[in-house]
Amino acid sequence: MTEATMKKERPKQRPKHLDLLVIKQPAPAIASVLHRLSGAGLFLMLPLLIFLFELSLDSSLGFAMFKAFVGYPLVKLILIGLLWAFLHHVFMGIRILLSDLNIGTDIKPGQASAKAVIIISLVLTAILGAKLW
Amino acid sequence: MVKDIIVGAHYGLKDWLGQRITAAFMVIYTVIVLALLIGQEPLTYEVWYAFMADGFMRFFTFLFILSLMFHAWVGVRDIWMDYAKPTSVRLALHVITLLALLGYTGWAVSILWRL
Repeated sequence: MTEATMKKERPKQRPKHLDLLVIKQPAPAIASVLHRLSGAGLFLMLPLLIFLFELSLDSSLGFAMFKAFVGYPLVKLILIGLLWAFLHHVFMGIRILLSDLNIGTDIKPGQASAKAVIIISLVLTAILGAKLW
Repeated sequence: MVKDIIVGAHYGLKDWLGQRITAAFMVIYTVIVLALLIGQEPLTYEVWYAFMADGFMRFFTFLFILSLMFHAWVGVRDIWMDYAKPTSVRLALHVITLLALLGYTGWAVSILWRL
């Protein structure tokens, strides 16, 4: 079959565009977008994390300052947000590594694992976040 | 006859593989370090300092820092490649990202080497 005849057989009523705010995304798409967002967030917050690492190892005074600093509600909130980003990024990352090995790439396990990644990350963030608050 | 001529800079596979190897290394590092730290409770400054200053830990933390920066470079570069279309904007963003990551690497490694 040539390319020209293939083009003719395409259904005429195809969506001209996909409105990302209207169409419902499947779980793997949501998990994938969150993987990118969490990665970007972790990258943007790297200076904060390196700063905290430096402060915690500077001296016993620095360590005390570190503890006081991460005790501020706003800092705590940011760090719990980063905890979620880290957890989601890691669990989705493991899913990506398994996909690379052709494990769980069918529709059913693919959707189940994407949902699991989203839910486990949120639940673990809630549990650890409550513990650290 | 099919003639597939592969063109390009050929860095794609290396970056793709590198991103995955660094990811696996960082997951293993994180799990081991967390397990070791949980055994060190309560975590005082002296315990934390001695833990991070240990020779083995410094070796692996150094590798973690390098892994993180390479991993972040590939990931952030992919984001710019997807969304920043004008070449000048993309180039600028690539350079800023690269400089930031190189700076972070020096900063983080210097913390480690002061211990």
